[in-house]
Amino acid sequence: MTWETTALVGAVGAPFLTAVLIFVLGEHRDAARSRINLAGAALTVVAVVAAAVAARAGAPDAYPSAGIALLDIGFSLRADMLGVLFAVVAGVLWLITTVYAIGYMSHASDRARFFGFFSVCVGSAIGIALSANLLTFFVFYEVLTLATYPLVIHSGTPAALKGGRTYLTYALPAGGALAAGVVWLNLIAGPVEFAAGGSLDPALASTHPGALIAIFALLMLGVGVKAALFPLHGWLPAAMVAPAPVSSLLHAVAVVKAGVFGIARIVLEVYGPLGHELGVTQVLAALAGFTIIFGSVRALAQDDFKKRLAYSTVAQLSYITLGVALASPIAIAGGIAHLAHHAAMKITMFFTAGAVAEEVKAYRVSEFDGLGRRMPLTMTAFSLAAIGIVGVPPVAGFTSKWLLGVGGVDAGTGWVVAVLGISSVLNAAYFFPIIHRAWFRTPKPEWAHGPAAGKPEGDMRMIVPLVITAAIGLAMGVFAGADLSPASWAQTIAGWEFPW
Amino acid sequence: MTEWIMRQLPALVILVPFTAAPLAYLLGTKFGRPIALVSALLSQPLAVLLAMRVSREGALRYEVGGWGGPLGIDLVVDGVAAVMVLVTTVVGLFVTVYALGYFGDRERYRFFWPLWLFLWGSLLALFLSGDIFNLYVCLELVSMSAVALVGLTLRREALVAAMRYMLAAILGSLFYLLGVALIYGAFGSVDMQTLREVIRVDTTGQAALALMTVGLVLKTALFPLHFWLPPAHSNAPSPVSAVLSALVIKGSFYILVRLWVDVAQPAAFPGVSTVLGVLGATAIVWGSIQALRQERLKMLVAYSTVAQIGYLFLMFPLVTGGGPAAADAWMGGVFHAASHALAKSAMFLAAGTVLARFGHDRIEGLGGLSRRAPATAMTFGLAGVTMMGLPPSGGFVAKWQMIRASIESGQWWWAVVVVAGGLLAAAYVFKVVGPFFGREPEALDEADLDPGPSPWTMEGAALALALGSLVLGVLGQPLLDLIMVSAPALVTGVTP
Repeated sequence: MTWETTALVGAVGAPFLTAVLIFVLGEHRDAARSRINLAGAALTVVAVVAAAVAARAGAPDAYPSAGIALLDIGFSLRADMLGVLFAVVAGVLWLITTVYAIGYMSHASDRARFFGFFSVCVGSAIGIALSANLLTFFVFYEVLTLATYPLVIHSGTPAALKGGRTYLTYALPAGGALAAGVVWLNLIAGPVEFAAGGSLDPALASTHPGALIAIFALLMLGVGVKAALFPLHGWLPAAMVAPAPVSSLLHAVAVVKAGVFGIARIVLEVYGPLGHELGVTQVLAALAGFTIIFGSVRALAQDDFKKRLAYSTVAQLSYITLGVALASPIAIAGGIAHLAHHAAMKITMFFTAGAVAEEVKAYRVSEFDGLGRRMPLTMTAFSLAAIGIVGVPPVAGFTSKWLLGVGGVDAGTGWVVAVLGISSVLNAAYFFPIIHRAWFRTPKPEWAHGPAAGKPEGDMRMIVPLVITAAIGLAMGVFAGADLSPASWAQTIAGWEFPW
Repeated sequence: MTEWIMRQLPALVILVPFTAAPLAYLLGTKFGRPIALVSALLSQPLAVLLAMRVSREGALRYEVGGWGGPLGIDLVVDGVAAVMVLVTTVVGLFVTVYALGYFGDRERYRFFWPLWLFLWGSLLALFLSGDIFNLYVCLELVSMSAVALVGLTLRREALVAAMRYMLAAILGSLFYLLGVALIYGAFGSVDMQTLREVIRVDTTGQAALALMTVGLVLKTALFPLHFWLPPAHSNAPSPVSAVLSALVIKGSFYILVRLWVDVAQPAAFPGVSTVLGVLGATAIVWGSIQALRQERLKMLVAYSTVAQIGYLFLMFPLVTGGGPAAADAWMGGVFHAASHALAKSAMFLAAGTVLARFGHDRIEGLGGLSRRAPATAMTFGLAGVTMMGLPPSGGFVAKWQMIRASIESGQWWWAVVVVAGGLLAAAYVFKVVGPFFGREPEALDEADLDPGPSPWTMEGAALALALGSLVLGVLGQPLLDLIMVSAPALVTGVTP
């Protein structure tokens, strides 16, 4: 194997190997488990970065790949520009989340199970990112579905089990629809590999229009659940019963982005121009536009902090869907860039939720009065991420919104600008009150003088990660013009995705 | 020497367990255990070599004692036979390892070893039989040893279940034998290769096939003739349950497939394929709903078998039309039999571990199992993935092929059944697995006193089978290729 394929296989394999070791190690060897987990995550980061370097060197059509024969398609991995973007996001944030989770879970039970399945989830997310075709994608997609379940119900309470049931009720039928869609497409179009600009034969649009539309619907039903596309979003708020690291990495990054990433792959790299010709991407764009407004309105009404963040995620994910569904390279770049941008910002916010809950037992927005005094670093990081989501420059969210807006005009769909405008107002309406409460309301007496003298504001294993992710979110916006920023990376990809 | 072994392989695989069985009987428990283990280990390379030889050279015909047909007994090994031998041998090894821990050296269970080895040998002989009368003989040998194994514990419920099982088995065999007699009378041969050319669709032919089909359907426990299966499979000792659900029912199904796909041309019997398919679909729905309603783990697993048998029968309507859909359906059906064998034996063994350790298998009492017995909980969950047909698992590859065949042949409704069946399976799998991650039951009664972990060989054997069913989902291609080696003409479209 060349170093490129080693990196490719290692990026997917390292988290799974970590999981096996964690399971074998058992419940009681905490120190060894933490070391293995951190080493595995670090190794994954090295591998995904190496895969990214290889992808960039091979772009746009000499990507490293590896695979084995399975059915008539093959089980194969490939490190392409779009895939490694998601893989790097997932890998780097996993390393940071591992530190956070070791702190957060230090008093929880069933840690071996938790960290084991967590690693499986990350491995599947990276596998989804680096899949070369729909069969491979589907395999990892379903592993992710199943491996998330034990994490959602980790606490084992009846409420958690109920949240888990809701999750499965959405996710499993979606998997069935996805399977049917993939098999059917495979029959009509033969074994299709993902390819920038679409991989379906254009002639199919006239020979099988009805089937292609039905297949598109099945596929979207499949990936739309994880992408929390209206009306398939209901599981996400219910899944907030999960421990904070799960909400942070999985329900803000790995799982939900696996869904929108799937949408991007299918819309851009399978259907390509056929999607617009058949009219299906227009419908998808409209649905995404509606979800943006819908999610934001629902977020307004939530007092539970994590639920508010969850509905915000519902809305923000549809930015990505909207971007890839519009017929403009600028909008596509905006959507893809938002995949990375939103990840950094939203993970910061969920880290905050966990840190606050652990340190001062505050779970509701209405309990946040004066929290800025008690946990200054945490709330600074949160505020930074929040204004980023709203779209205030120079935080990363601004960059993606700008690209999406310009792209909307470019694609001849002016309504997109209106949706973005309304959404930004709503984002501000549900995030600024939190910032206001934290910094400008009178704190509880015991919070007024900050953390106890000589003590940090919380477990530093939790505070440091969220400061780092907030800084990443800021840096991705400030240096958006740099050569290696997600925004530039996304623009490069978008140029190939939209050659027509 | 090597060359001699290679030549005698079809006979050797059968001879090993058939030699070990009487030895185990004569020498008693003390020696029966090591004999079984040696026999199981010795069988592995033989089965693998046989599969390799078939995939390299195509179908083999072996004349026992050099007599040759029509007087002697011919063994025929094609792709599907090699796959079934391989599956039996692998499942057999892990069940044997498990049983070593499960039965220990208790004298009460001394008959397990000879009976199990005898059953093993009979199953292999069945898969390698080339004529329909030998198939009958093997079927009887399988049934009789299986019935005895069900009643092994001599507990009342077990004996009642064994009796019911025996009546069903005998009835099934009789129907089958009547059909064989009619065919021999009308067409003058029992050799399947000969019959393929001479069999006619006349009254006798139809009557014979109808009788044989009813008999075999009863023995395979296809809905609505499944009544005997849940009590028999759930009351048997767990290693026996595993073998019954994983392998024994596949024996009669295998004969049915041989008859319809290989010997008779199903297109000449319009309606039969559809009826079998509809019954299969009903079995999937009915079995899954019944599984969902069970309160005992082993009953749930047994009803899951009733449901999973249904998928096997979807092969018939899909294969009938020939063409590429037939090939996909053929691969899907046989692959399903293989992966279900691994996963279902894993499930029954895991259930057995629970039963042996906690003294009960009430599902409501198994909360928090992932804390008390992580390997067993994991086994059940992983085997469940194959039941649901989710990737990466053998069940997924099988269902992929079935869905493909459905769309390909324009019978999309079977694809709906396959997908819906997966969701129903998810319902009963998560009914069990969900609470594993939950809290321990609040009031642990006397029976719940935990004597501590089970022997690692038991938990390990079950986990290995579950992992095997997952591995098939990624590395299953060689097995898919093997299934197609010298496949029936209807499937390949090539007249041999």
